[in-house]
Formats: sequence, structure tokens, C-alpha cells
Amino acid sequence: MALTGLDIYKQLPKTNCGECGLPTCLAFAMQLAAKKTSLDKCPHVTEEGRAALEGASAPPIRLVTIGTGEKKVGVGNETVLFRHEETFYHPTGIAITVNDDLEGDDLEKRIGAIQSLQFERVGQRIEINLVAIRQGDNSSAARYAEVVKKVMAKLDLPPILMSSSPESLEEALKVCAEMKPLIYAADSNNYEAVAKLAKDHSCPLTVKGNGLEELSSLTEKISSSGIQDLVLDSGRRDMVSTLSDLTQIRRLALRKTYRPLGYPTIAFTSEKDPFQETAQACAYIAKYANIVVLDGAEPWQLLPVLTLRQNIYTDPQKPIQVEPKVYEVGTVIDKSPVLVTTNFSLTYFTVEGDVEASKVASLIVVVDTEGTSVLTAWAAEKFTAESIASAVKKYTVEEKVSHRKLIIPGFVAVLSGKLEEELPGWKVLVGPRESSGIPTYLKNTWKEVSL
Amino acid sequence: MPLELVKEKWTGKINEVTIGATKGEGGTRTSKIVVGGETGLPFLHEEGEMPHRPVVAMEVWDTAPSDWPEVLAAPFKEVMDDPGRWSKKCVEEYGADLLALRLQSAHSDWGNASPEKVSEGVKKVLEAVGVPLIILGPGQDDRDNEVLPRCSEVAKGEKCLFGNATQDNYKTLVAACLADGHSIIGESPIDINIAKQVNILISDMGFPLEKIIMDPTTGGLGYGLEYSYSIIERGRLAALGAGDKTMALPIICRVGQESWRAKEAKAGESDFPDWGAVSERGPLWEATTAVALLQAGADILVMRHPRAVESVRKTIDSLTRKNPLRDSAETLD
Repeated sequence: MALTGLDIYKQLPKTNCGECGLPTCLAFAMQLAAKKTSLDKCPHVTEEGRAALEGASAPPIRLVTIGTGEKKVGVGNETVLFRHEETFYHPTGIAITVNDDLEGDDLEKRIGAIQSLQFERVGQRIEINLVAIRQGDNSSAARYAEVVKKVMAKLDLPPILMSSSPESLEEALKVCAEMKPLIYAADSNNYEAVAKLAKDHSCPLTVKGNGLEELSSLTEKISSSGIQDLVLDSGRRDMVSTLSDLTQIRRLALRKTYRPLGYPTIAFTSEKDPFQETAQACAYIAKYANIVVLDGAEPWQLLPVLTLRQNIYTDPQKPIQVEPKVYEVGTVIDKSPVLVTTNFSLTYFTVEGDVEASKVASLIVVVDTEGTSVLTAWAAEKFTAESIASAVKKYTVEEKVSHRKLIIPGFVAVLSGKLEEELPGWKVLVGPRESSGIPTYLKNTWKEVSL
Repeated sequence: MPLELVKEKWTGKINEVTIGATKGEGGTRTSKIVVGGETGLPFLHEEGEMPHRPVVAMEVWDTAPSDWPEVLAAPFKEVMDDPGRWSKKCVEEYGADLLALRLQSAHSDWGNASPEKVSEGVKKVLEAVGVPLIILGPGQDDRDNEVLPRCSEVAKGEKCLFGNATQDNYKTLVAACLADGHSIIGESPIDINIAKQVNILISDMGFPLEKIIMDPTTGGLGYGLEYSYSIIERGRLAALGAGDKTMALPIICRVGQESWRAKEAKAGESDFPDWGAVSERGPLWEATTAVALLQAGADILVMRHPRAVESVRKTIDSLTRKNPLRDSAETLD
């Protein structure tokens, strides 16, 4: 929770010495509250005052980083309960499990399957972020460390080390501590030994409670020993209780600045059926899990999961744009139809999908409308006869096709006349109002007019 | 000190809307469905009531949908040209307790069928099955206005849910539903202000708010889902928190229609080998769209593929279980 100028003022020396560059301590406090200056500028603040101010200004949910280098994952530091209030900042880390009872080929296969869980869609790359290596009941510390080593040799993903045995975790950390794995987990039975491992190796640590009460008391004990990079698991595995706990953790952290639960969360799927498992993962992505761990590793399962994460974590204040240029859908020839649309990614990809569905290879001229949709851009005068004409010229459409017919969205039919004036020699055709009408239009109307 | 949970104190309540009338109530349905009634955010059972579970309405067309991808069309191949048999299959084989009949045959690109012809399809479905019906026009203003009043008339007393009324085209449908005792869907184009406006326009004609369901327009997974998600969430917060009665309406989402438009749902493995089997991917794309919208507050999900329908129903089962293993942390590891 942000401190007000007055809250800060109470912790200052109140001497108005002016050494910070401002005439009074109150003025300095106001600047601090507005984050326009730094507390370091005050040479006289007491140790207690500094500690109080720094503690209070820490984010309500800590940002925890797992892994190192390019693939590291930062989770937490969220500021709102609903994405429309601002945005969600750090996309849920998606982890896939590997069990240490897998032998030889099976282990290789599993690693290979996980490796392939990266996709290209709507011009963006989406991929899983973590591998959760889980120790089985009958496995030894040596066996576990060996599997961790094998997995890490093949997979360039930050690991989650899942074992309840401090000995096994210690062996595994010998193999991969420099990768900053997330340790899973310190619970009421083992927390002293496991917390010590996290401290010795400076690795983030999951704290697992049996419910929120126990979880809070565990994190208080562990954080008081100086470990701050914590991740929370309330221990629930059914959907209703998990969602309730994740919601409470987020609310307690944001609304009450409740420090014992001011950390990112981890949630585990428990359903075996891949459809039901996906449903769990998606519910947890929507409602407040910062890391979700799945057993399923089918591409058709992870594609929707990663797409949902992409949707939920899209900044509602910034429309995603595509690059304004001419796009070719299918194998275009000089007689292919030319359609015009805006560079709002949703508009473009809807049009692209419908053109693809029509199976009529086409060119799509994307006009820069600063990421707004057809009607919005038209109303804001960003999608005008002038801007469309200038895009057609700039992207040299006349060199790409032999005909001179341009299809514009039905909603901006009113632009036809002016556009024909701006583009001498071109005939403007009014396409369907909705993108969904494109397949019918291209298959029927275009065929007739293009003859 | 025991941990004090943050429980919201909501003041509003979402309207309850009943679809379907049984014999004693002037209809011929053998069952009815009630949606809405929530006094809190979805599935947080400790701070609000959710007296009626969200429902899935299986979509049936009155003409064979020639543009459905193979994976989606396959389960219905044998019955697609007969809405009566198609409906029966949904109810008997897939356990549908609500159907959404889409009058696509009235669309100008799909046969432009006459009101008389279209209403025969409605009668057929009413005779074939006993579950309540949602009846959706083709979505072209002129065609909707021609065929929906006739269909409303033949379904008089059945308490169907008719759609869609929009900001620019609502009077004809509202008048028909008022006369014949149906509920109505008010549609808005992913715009919360228009959503509210449509509800006000409809209720200004003397149509009770308590019989309106909102269709905020669904963005499919990967194609604008987040816009619908946030509009639904904002509307729910306005209704529950600020007590806005014109937003306290149940929500319907056209999940099937939007999710099956996505390339990710229908493109074959030969085009996208990295995406995995389309036979699984398609239905799961639809189910995932539904699951996300449930978290925002959707009450009725209009869906297509039997596998997606079955999966979402199971998810709703899990989410509406009031006393799960609250105190016995069942763990995997």
C-alpha cells in the first residue's frame, strides 16, 4: 500500500534542515510520496525511520525470480484484483512435471515433449517457462540428483525441485544451485532444514501450508530467518478451495498489506483427464496463480493454456498492434483480391483467419490506425480515404497485382467515393460489414466482380 | 491471532431468469432452467450465494451448417439436416438440458427461408424434445424482424429465451416477446455502456429487467476473449458492489460460434504439426473459452462440440461443489 506524504513525514527528523534540497521535511515527504526523490537524500533520518519507510514501501506482493539468464521467470508484484483496474504484470509461469521414476527412453521422450511446448501464434511466441522435477516415493537422493542433472543437461528451463526430503534437495542443489531453481517445498515437518538450504544456496523457496493459517505462520518463521524470496502453496488441490485460497492471498496482500502472504503463489492441477486438467490450469491462470504446474504435456493442451495466459495478461490499456504493411495470405497471384483493414491486432487476425477460411489467396493492406479497430479508427479519423490511399501507395500495391480493385470494410462504405478520388484508376468495392462475411464474399461476390 | 479473511460485502443480486414452462404453467416443456441469482463473485461460495449453477446450452441449427469444420461436424453428420433429430440427439445422447436453436435458414446467404418455413423448424424442435429452448435469429436485422415474431408466436407460452435484441434493432423482438411471454437477450458489441443502454431501452418498452439476459459479445480464446472477460467482470462488480440494477442481469456467451472461428481450433495437423491433434485441440479450444468466461461470471454458455460440452459440465460440477475437501488437503506429492 502506498504511503501518504503525512505517513512519511512522521518518520522524518522534522528539523527542516534543507540538506535534501527542499525547504521543509514536509515538502520532502510529499516528493517522496510522489516517488520524485529518494530517501537517501535525507542525511538525518534514523535507522528505525529508514527501516519503517523501506518496509512500508516494499510492494505488497514480492517479485520473485526463478532461474538465471534469458529464461529466468519473474512472478508476483501484482497490484490489482481485476485486470481492467490496471493490468496484470507478470504472466503466470507455466511448469510441466518430470517424475524421477522415468527411465531411459521414457525420460528422453518426456524431455522431448516438454521441449516442443513453444508455439508461434498471432505473430507472437508463447512457451512454457519451467520444468518441475518431482521425486517419487521410492527414489533415493542420488537417483533424484541424477535425474535433475539429466533433465537440466537437455532443457533450457529454470527448474522447480520437488521433494520433501532435505537430503534429496541438497543433492539436487549440488547439481543445479547456480541455476537458481525454485525449491519445493518447506512444510511444517521440514522447514528448518529446507529453509537453510534455500538460504545457503540463495534460491527461491516454496512454503507449503495446510491451509492459509499454517501457511502464514510458516512464512513468518522462515522470513524472520532472512529468506525473502518465497512462493506460497496453500496445500489445496480441488478447484473450489484452491480458487478461494488464491483469491484470499491476493486480497490479503493487496487490501491489507498482509506481509506473511505477500508473495507469489503456486497452484497444482490434480485432474488426470487432460480436458479437466486444462480447465483447472485455466481457472488458476484467471484467478491469481503466479505459477501453475501441470502433468499434461500435449501440445493441443498447452496451446490453449498459453493462449489464455496471453489473453489474461494483455494490458487492457495498450491495444496490441500488428505492423502496418501488405500481408499475403495463401499463394497470391497478380489477380488475387486486395482487402484493406486496420492494424489493431484483433481486427487483423480476425480478417486474416476469415480470409484463410475462404481459401481464396488474398493480399491484406494494413493501415496504421494506432491499434484501433475499423469503426473506432474511422470515428477518430485514423482510417480515412487519405490514410488508406497513402498505405496503398506506400506499400506499392499496384506492383503486386494487375487489377485495380480494392475491398474496404462494409462499415466504412461511406469512404468509397473519396477513396476513388484519392486513388485514380482504382475501383473501390464495399466488402461485408463483419469479418465473418469475408469467406462468402470472396467465394461469391469477388468471383463475379473479378471476371 | 487467527487469520482474518477478506470477505466482500456485496449489496446487489443478479436477477433470476427462468427458461421454459411446463404443462401446468402454460407450456409443454418437461423441465425448466433457472439462471442467475448470484450474490457474489463466481464460485467464491464463502462470501456469496450461487443458487443456480451456470448452464451449457447445446447449439442446434435449423439448416445443415455447411461451414463447420470436420471435427465439429462429425458427431452431428447424420442429423444435421433435421433440427428435430439433431435436438433429440443432443438431449438423449449428450444429456443437454437446454438447447439453443439457431434459425440460420433465414439468413440471406443460407436460403432466406420464409417466416412460415422457419417457424415449422421451431415447432419440430418443440415437439421433438422437452427441454427449454433458446431461439436465436440469423443476426440480420431485417431477417430477424421478419422471422422472429412468427417463431415467438408458435412458441407462445413456452417461456423461451429469444435473441438477439440490439441497440439499433430491438422493438420488434421486444414486442413479440412481451406478447408471447418469452424472455429476451440484449446484445452489445463488447461495450459496457451499450450493454447497459440496451437493457434500459428494452425495459423502457415495459419489458421487465427480470426477463432480460445480456450477451456482451464473446471474443473467442486468442481472439479478444480478454475484452469479453473484463466487460463481464466489470458489469458484475457494478451490479454486486454498486447495486446497479440495470447491470444485475445474467450473462450469455456464444462460446461455440466464436471459438470455432479460430485457426487454432480447426487447422489440420498438416498445416500446423506443432499444435497437436486437431480432434483434441478443437474441442479443447472451445472448452477453454468457456472455462475462462465462467471465471468472469458467465451464466449460460452456448456450445457446440459434445466433448467440450461434457468437459465444461464436469468443470461446473467441480466449481459448484460447496463443501469440497476444505480441511483434508489432498496432495499429489
